[in-house]
Amino acid sequence: MKKKDVINYINVFLFLLPALALFVGILIAPIMKSLYYSFFKWNGMGAMEFIGLKNYTELFTSKAIGFWKALGNACFLAALSVFIQLPISLGFALVLGRGIKGERPFLSIYFMPVLISTVVIGQLWLKIYNPDYGLLNSALWKLGLDSLAHTWLGDTKTALLAVFIPTLWQYVGYHMLLMYAGVKGVSPDIREAARIDGANESQVNRYIVIPVIKPILKVSVIFAVTGSLKSFDLIYVLTNGGPLHATEVPSTVMIEMLFQRNRYGMGSAIAVMMIILCFAFALLISWAFKERDIYGKK
Amino acid sequence: MAKSESIRREHAVEKTGVRKVVIYVILIIWAIVNLFPVYWMFTFSLKSNEEIFGKNLIGLPWEWRWHNYVSAWHTGNMPRYFINSVIVSVSAIALVIIASMMATYAITRLVWKGSEQVNAFFMLGLTIPIHASIVPVFITLRNMGILNSHFSLIFPYAAFSLAMGILICTGFMVEIPKELDEAARIDGCGPWKTFGVVIMPLMKPALATISIYTFLQCWNELMFANVFISDSKYKTLPVGIQALSGQYTTEWGPIGAALVIATFPMLIVYIFMSKRIQESFVVGAVKG
Repeated sequence: MKKKDVINYINVFLFLLPALALFVGILIAPIMKSLYYSFFKWNGMGAMEFIGLKNYTELFTSKAIGFWKALGNACFLAALSVFIQLPISLGFALVLGRGIKGERPFLSIYFMPVLISTVVIGQLWLKIYNPDYGLLNSALWKLGLDSLAHTWLGDTKTALLAVFIPTLWQYVGYHMLLMYAGVKGVSPDIREAARIDGANESQVNRYIVIPVIKPILKVSVIFAVTGSLKSFDLIYVLTNGGPLHATEVPSTVMIEMLFQRNRYGMGSAIAVMMIILCFAFALLISWAFKERDIYGKK
Repeated sequence: MAKSESIRREHAVEKTGVRKVVIYVILIIWAIVNLFPVYWMFTFSLKSNEEIFGKNLIGLPWEWRWHNYVSAWHTGNMPRYFINSVIVSVSAIALVIIASMMATYAITRLVWKGSEQVNAFFMLGLTIPIHASIVPVFITLRNMGILNSHFSLIFPYAAFSLAMGILICTGFMVEIPKELDEAARIDGCGPWKTFGVVIMPLMKPALATISIYTFLQCWNELMFANVFISDSKYKTLPVGIQALSGQYTTEWGPIGAALVIATFPMLIVYIFMSKRIQESFVVGAVKG
């Protein structure tokens, strides 16, 4: 190697150093360590006992831990997110992106909940759901629908949906904004040409706008699904997994294992599973969105 | 013929008119759904329990009880939480900016084998959930004895915003013409001087975008702050508010006031910079 090359590589290394130190030190090395811990029985303090894959087999077979239930809840949230939240976002993005009066104010208002801290949103919804004085029950009483009033977060039947509604509501604006940016990127000329050819608004959306913004839809779906798998904040504030584990998701189970039961090995196993699931779903969704060659190969 | 044409056109106008009204009604309803919680939070922060619990559910307060704000500010260390949140966020932003600028410069401007792979490696950070590192980082911090400190949040927050920082920087840096680097080299500048004198000053728009993105991540983060910080001296706003609402379970006014204190600075900034803030969210996702 020439001396010049050596200096070049030293420079490259020095420029990369702060980012690499942060990234490897706090993300990559800990993931490896999590993987390592997950093969042990460990209370976080004393000696570590190697137990192979036992944490994983227990995780997937033990009813007491309820990981399947938690995973099921997360998948339910993901499904709600993809099939209800994203279509709402897409609808608003298409309407606003077309350029109507009041486009900017509507956009800004819809995006606002994304900026508010989840803890604040959670506290607000706690007050909305409060069984004695909450807004929801008070409204039902005023309307004479007393029979519908409910301890929304305290009943195992309603708690899950009651927790998921604010979660979905908060991020409608986020997905809308991403899609809106895509819709705005569709050239007005193409739109105009389609209109002249006699396409109506929904045909333009269906055959021109949506195919163009497909890459963004992919990103949105990935974010919605992985976001659901790792959802934590609102659930922690509203129910912390209760009542009777009805609203448990993987991250609340993980936190319970770690900090209430001091089962660090098991907590790590859950963390590892979550990483694997997030990556697996991201890959699966990317694959599902891949352009298929519909005309066959030449 | 002409008549039927004009009737048809009128009909079409009427139809699009109805459509327009329906669209606006939906847009306005959704706007109310988004604004109402904030409005409600603000009004109940100024009410007494009596009003909140039935007599005046959603109207403006009859008596504007500003002293709810005084009691929220004075109990449970609100000013401390606020300052902690500022310290943690600003430090994390500074770290992200320095680290991602330098790394992006190495990746996009310096010539070496492996720059693409290194970039791809950093981009892994976009999909890694924050939970992944909670156990090992917790144990490392505990062993180092810095669990209750600002550092225990600053470094993880910076690390988790780094990938997005690099992504945003790359977007801006590739726009800067390479001829500038050439010219600087001919003038005798090494890579460090080129970076500091030529590139950095042109990256100001990227700085704003990265700062906004990182700020929002740090300001609202709950899981790490909740697990790593137990000492009230170092609690950030999200954790502090959690604690505060535990103390004030019966009196809603002061809790409302605390929620407003935590939220309104952000909303006021948003009113003035809504476009900028929105852009900072879009840049990463659209390019990724």
